[in-house]
Amino acid sequence: MSPTVKLLQGNEACVEGALAAGVKFFAGYPITPSTEIAELLAERLPLVGGRFMQMEDEIASMAAVIGASLTGTKAMTATSGPGFSLKQENLGFAIFTEIPCVVVNVMRGGPSTGLPTSPAQGDVMQARWGTHGDHPVIAVYPASVPEAYELTIKAFNLSEKYRTPVIMLMDEVVGHMREKVELPDVPQIPIEERPRPTVSKENYLPYDNNQGDVPPLANFGDGYHFHVTGLTHDQTGFPTSAPAKAKVLYERLHRKIENNLDDILMWETKDMEDAEIGVLAYGSTARSAARAVSLAREQGIKAGLMRPITIWPFPEKLITQYASQLKSLVVAEMNLGQYVNEVERAAQGQVPIKRVLQANGELIRPDTILQAIMEVK
Amino acid sequence: MVERHEVRLSGSGGQGMLLAGIILAEAAILADKNAVQSQSYGPEARGGASRSEVVISNTDIDYPKVTQPEIFMALTQEAYNKYHHDLGPNALLVVDESLSLTDDLPEKSRVVRVPIIESATETLKRPIVANIVALGVLVGASSIVEHEFIEKAVLNRVPRGTEELNRRALDLGFQLAAGAVGGNK
Amino acid sequence: MMLAEKYLRDAMMPHMWCPGCGHGIILQAVIRAIDKAGLEHDKTVIVSGIGCSSRASGYMNFDTLHTTHGRALPFASGIKMANPDLNVIVLTGDGDALAIGGNHFIHACRRNIDITTVIFNNSIYGMTSGQYSPMTPVGQFATTSPYGNIDRNFDVCELAKSAGATYVARSTAYHAPSMPDLIVKAINNKGFSVVEAVGQCPTYYGRRNKLGSPVDMLNWQKEHAVNVAAAAHLTPEQLADKLIIGELHNSSAPEFTEKYDQLVARLQGRE
Repeated sequence: MSPTVKLLQGNEACVEGALAAGVKFFAGYPITPSTEIAELLAERLPLVGGRFMQMEDEIASMAAVIGASLTGTKAMTATSGPGFSLKQENLGFAIFTEIPCVVVNVMRGGPSTGLPTSPAQGDVMQARWGTHGDHPVIAVYPASVPEAYELTIKAFNLSEKYRTPVIMLMDEVVGHMREKVELPDVPQIPIEERPRPTVSKENYLPYDNNQGDVPPLANFGDGYHFHVTGLTHDQTGFPTSAPAKAKVLYERLHRKIENNLDDILMWETKDMEDAEIGVLAYGSTARSAARAVSLAREQGIKAGLMRPITIWPFPEKLITQYASQLKSLVVAEMNLGQYVNEVERAAQGQVPIKRVLQANGELIRPDTILQAIMEVK
Repeated sequence: MVERHEVRLSGSGGQGMLLAGIILAEAAILADKNAVQSQSYGPEARGGASRSEVVISNTDIDYPKVTQPEIFMALTQEAYNKYHHDLGPNALLVVDESLSLTDDLPEKSRVVRVPIIESATETLKRPIVANIVALGVLVGASSIVEHEFIEKAVLNRVPRGTEELNRRALDLGFQLAAGAVGGNK
Repeated sequence: MMLAEKYLRDAMMPHMWCPGCGHGIILQAVIRAIDKAGLEHDKTVIVSGIGCSSRASGYMNFDTLHTTHGRALPFASGIKMANPDLNVIVLTGDGDALAIGGNHFIHACRRNIDITTVIFNNSIYGMTSGQYSPMTPVGQFATTSPYGNIDRNFDVCELAKSAGATYVARSTAYHAPSMPDLIVKAINNKGFSVVEAVGQCPTYYGRRNKLGSPVDMLNWQKEHAVNVAAAAHLTPEQLADKLIIGELHNSSAPEFTEKYDQLVARLQGRE
């Protein structure tokens, strides 16, 4: 059958993607500009045998999502910056205990209550380093409504495949604008499920080191009688403070992400083949950048767009691939300098970086980026 | 050729400008074009002036916001005063008869000033459909989408049982646009 | 088979609780209750927070979840809601449940979600070596109340009852023989159940407050406990320093996951 074509908000497309991925549990707390995700799932989940809970706060929402996932249920929550801060401790718990789940953060202007209904990209580093301790993280970031649909499915897939929470950042522009989306009857993206145990219940190890870097995860209630703790644990799941065992766990957690970058990293480029001026931007800012690149090309300037879709882990390869070819690299983001520092680090001085930074609650305009391109051409 | 059209619909919160914008965007999609709709949120959406913006294009839409509307609709004076400052050249203004215009409009802008609210209130006896009348005027005066698509989009969105009322509201809008003396400023 | 063999994890012994601690006695009561209630072993999940008492989950041979500080109840709520066939038991302490987890506690009570919560109340933060908790009585000493506690304490049973829990009971480590029956009733209650299990922390609370040996502390429990039936005949003055034990509240109210199931059935036209 042909796909259904709909005009949807980014937040609504996120819900459609989650349902397509098989989400069966949502716990959340109302917060602008992400609330539509909770509202729509409250309506949709009971119709598909899923369950929705409005919790007493953001912390509880994250906790409930992790609990639900342990029963083998695909689970998610959605929030905005201040709520994302509150979720961080339990997000760290989920990373460390390797419980799949998806956390959506529709960013607003901040810090604090900030500009609740305006766009910003101020939580980019919070997505990377918001939780405590040393940890890897996967974060994806759509630039359009159709991509919000697709990336939500991919976020669930990555989460299941690598037994880790996946963060999906959106900005208010992407979350609230309405755009054409094609919703296929059957998702075109294959749906991944977490690795499940194949050994006998007696021999099951929840953090087995001998089954690759992503150990199979049993469901609570299936008779495996396993322990999950936020304390440093060995492969049995029981706490340990032995440095040798701690090292094994910490290094495997990093390795399971870092050894799979080819699978995890997604980006898009436009007009980069012969580009002399690169413009790097993500989320809705990338759409302004795309327009700026087109306008520059119309004026004969060889500009090109680099758009990270997986923003964490940092796509070093995207930078190193083009750094030597470029005369200048323009980085545009709706904050006063976050991702650009990572870009600069990755570029290792091979290309001068031009910053287009804006934090005023408005999407950066194409002419602002075009002007920066003109300055460095 | 890339055709990009920027439309801004404004009125007071509760006048249904958001829905009108959504319907316009859906009509564009039915016409196999691309469309992006966005709106003002927060306190603005709860009274006072509010706006809904639509970008329509025959190709992919990169920058999703309206910067220089070529079609501007205002149903209240407050909305007009607040949102008319960045109109593009040759802009089409669709405004309610009750509004008084300022003299800072772009050269060559075209004004369609018709009794939208009065028509909904007096002719249809349902002020709630003023937004659909307005949409009829806007599409009638601009031809931004074909009649069949806007009609289909309206009927897809309105509550069941109100289809006939809304069809009449839309047609009334088209008639107002056709009868309007839409001369240059 | 001995209950310990069946329900405890040999690999986790010896436990980390101090000699004379009341937590082992309370854990034993929990295990006896699970056995007596006939809960299906594979379908029973134990969830705990952070603190001395919360280590209990690791010692128990079930699906067990040792969560973050204060958050055992929302983790448990997610488990119960995602799979209502599971029996969910939360083991928590006075600081965990009522300070950092206080908001979750009252909302779990309000929701009447079918979870049994046993609060190991030793009146102190033991794991961090003896700071006062919301259950430390006024006037008592702790490392953070070196001049005597001026911070009023909760009556957790009254709190639970007024927040909507449908079963509330209190017992003490001294009353270990009768504690399992109260926990069995809590488990069998279809709704949110709270059992306050008063125990002793000789290491931090007892020593600082000069309460003597663990035996002396157990004797204090014996001497200060009044059964709920007997308490009915005493004046508030006579009950001022007493612990009323037994079943304090037993009512019925719609249970959260059942209500949700009914909603799903209605929406899917199966009702």
